[in-house]
Amino acid sequence: MMELVCPAGTPAALRAAVETGAHAVYCGFADETNARNFPGLNFSPEELAEAVAFAHARGAKVLVAINTFPRAGAEPLWHRALANAEAAGADAVILADIGLLAHAADRHPGLRRHLSVQAAAANPDAINLYASAFGVRRVVLPRVLTVDEIAAINREIDVETEVFVFGGLCVMAEGRCSLSSYATGQSPNMNGVCSPASHVVYAEEGSDLAARLGGFTIHRTPKSAPAPYPTLCKGCFTSGEQTGHIFEDPVSLDATHLIPKLAKAGVSALKIEGRQRSRAYVAQVVRAFRAAVEAQAAGLPLPESVLARLTEGQAATAGAYAKTWR
Amino acid sequence: MELTVGPNFFFWPAETVRGFYRELSDAPVSRVVLGELVCSKRLPFWQGEIPGAIEALVEAGKEVAITSLALITLKRERKLTAELQDLGLPVEVNDLTALAHVPEGQPFWVGPLVNIYNEGTLRWLIRRGARRVCLPPELTLASIAVLARLGREEGVPVEVWGHGRLPLAISGRCYHARLHDRAKDSCQFVCDQDPDGRDVETLDGQSFLAVNGVQTLSQSTASMAHQVAALEEAGVAALRLSPQSQGFRAICAGYADRLAGRIDGAGLEAMLRPMVPGGRLSDGFLAGPSGAHWSAATEPA
Amino acid sequence: MPPTLPRLPRALGLAARPLPLPPLNLLLGRLTRRLSDAHPAMLRRLGDHAARRFLIDPLDLPWVLLLQPQDAAMTAHPRARPPAHDARIAGTLSAFLAMMHGAEDGDALFFSRDLTVEGDTAAVLALRNAMDDAELDLTEELAALSGPFARPLRRVLAGAERATGLHLHRIGGLP
Repeated sequence: MMELVCPAGTPAALRAAVETGAHAVYCGFADETNARNFPGLNFSPEELAEAVAFAHARGAKVLVAINTFPRAGAEPLWHRALANAEAAGADAVILADIGLLAHAADRHPGLRRHLSVQAAAANPDAINLYASAFGVRRVVLPRVLTVDEIAAINREIDVETEVFVFGGLCVMAEGRCSLSSYATGQSPNMNGVCSPASHVVYAEEGSDLAARLGGFTIHRTPKSAPAPYPTLCKGCFTSGEQTGHIFEDPVSLDATHLIPKLAKAGVSALKIEGRQRSRAYVAQVVRAFRAAVEAQAAGLPLPESVLARLTEGQAATAGAYAKTWR
Repeated sequence: MELTVGPNFFFWPAETVRGFYRELSDAPVSRVVLGELVCSKRLPFWQGEIPGAIEALVEAGKEVAITSLALITLKRERKLTAELQDLGLPVEVNDLTALAHVPEGQPFWVGPLVNIYNEGTLRWLIRRGARRVCLPPELTLASIAVLARLGREEGVPVEVWGHGRLPLAISGRCYHARLHDRAKDSCQFVCDQDPDGRDVETLDGQSFLAVNGVQTLSQSTASMAHQVAALEEAGVAALRLSPQSQGFRAICAGYADRLAGRIDGAGLEAMLRPMVPGGRLSDGFLAGPSGAHWSAATEPA
Repeated sequence: MPPTLPRLPRALGLAARPLPLPPLNLLLGRLTRRLSDAHPAMLRRLGDHAARRFLIDPLDLPWVLLLQPQDAAMTAHPRARPPAHDARIAGTLSAFLAMMHGAEDGDALFFSRDLTVEGDTAAVLALRNAMDDAELDLTEELAALSGPFARPLRRVLAGAERATGLHLHRIGGLP
């Protein structure tokens, strides 16, 4: 059966994920070392140790994302996160930065290393480089690839691959995007936040709700319409004569129906996005996907997706997995 | 500090490219990185210009390097990347994939699209053979200072973004094609209509971004006009100037004057403003609070 | 998951209207102190945002609530005269209760506009995340305050939950 890797922003969400069927849960520390450094989220070292004990007692793994790029002059914060993850008994760390990978391989050789999607390793040459240089055992593939490309990659590499199947969708190559810091000064790479809430302002203007990020208007929606969060690349903009979602529509990924094809493409693990979401979200999504991977493993038809209401803009896409997306 | 000209981001006709590099050969810059960075589909239309440009630049005494693509996914692109070695020039790695094709021990350069945020990463790349690096434009002055110091200790010059629309993101999707309701595979090369990228405004008419095929740029032109002293003090070795369609040779001369102390920041700003697309400048990644900000602005950008 | 959240029956909303504020504020104060004491991690998660003033606006009730986590204080105010605040969260009572009890995802309620946010968005996120981790249960918290009346209170609230469709206790086995 393909491994189901599920998000947890809090200990309560981690317990919900484990109880509803996650094979593995990924989470991070409550600081800038992880790419979901949102207010009120994440784990202290003590909480992580308790969470690992809880998960291990129920046969689930815990993967710790330390996937921002350490700030020059402040590397010890990231190095401590690695040591804390190992001390807590984490099953693997998810890393993106070359320097941090080198440090982990050198100082924590027994701690399994996964390559974060933030490293944007999108072809066999890059993946094999990370595998040979840093002993990376699994790579989380960027969301810019088609299923056929994923299959081709798996034929040329010796490490496991993990792909996103549900949740928020980055339209840009992850880990290589400074749109957020251009508008707000804070970026996923440096601060672990994209389009941070601290820079969001909603304003009711006439019959519209305007959402601004760092002073830039990201979208306007009629008061009664669904209101997506003002994530920069999913905003509504104008270029020449055209107005619309120039980069990406405010939809999120749902690749449930592609699970059999992804299995055939040699994918080892399926990842659900959403460490910033609630335990209610985690429970619903994990339960649905556990049923789907079990059905797939048993050769049964996949259950219908019931998750539309949880998706942003309440619409879903197969994203880049279908080539037409490009 | 010296001046380095980066690879051209845009899809220009071959004869424009020819004229551009001919003019550049007597511009006051120390080195030039050229080649296709953004989209491998464009390359056949202008790659015939590359050997002549290299020859003219080398003859004029410039150091020359060839860039890798920024995002390498297709088999054809991987092959292309492997073949860059054959030119006998240093390869500027702008996707780590290219490093996989650099034999161990062979020197290479690292471009602004590789994530060098800290000492550990810089040290690893230097050990692997990096001989010159341009840092990501997103870095703050404090980070630049730490990395420039390490570069000096290791004998590897560290340069920073000096001028040009900022390369903010790269994607598998082509926004130019999307704006024209075309798929990437049948784009008909519409990005050639916008020699400096196609502007993107907010719904309230604020100047914001520009798209260039699969690349997203800032609409403002970043300029270190007012940051030269701070960067010199930080130990930065060179400013990188990114090509634009109008007046680029004069822009190079302007920065050379600024580095030589013949004009001040305000003087360079006054010269640049009418020349950059849209007339907007920024230096906020360095000076704060956000990338779009211009430190010399009297009002918030 | 229900496709739409219940609105508070009109009769109940009207019944709440003449309720005098002092006794209500007494109850809210005790409840908030109890939550704060029983769930210290909540305040820790809020960090600096604990000092913010949150205006909670249950649109189907006649008053609004001002929550000040740092002081473990919550007070009711007439909607016509809302107190000064840093962030406002508005929605039906049922949306608040569903989010609080883990029956609904806060982001999903926001995307669908069942909840709307104004002001300090980061503080609201922090509050939402801190409450989500605390796995609050209103019935149990009220029962804990009720001493010998805990058992009859649980019965009354369970009945109210059935009658109104509101989530008044934590979703145990999860939806």
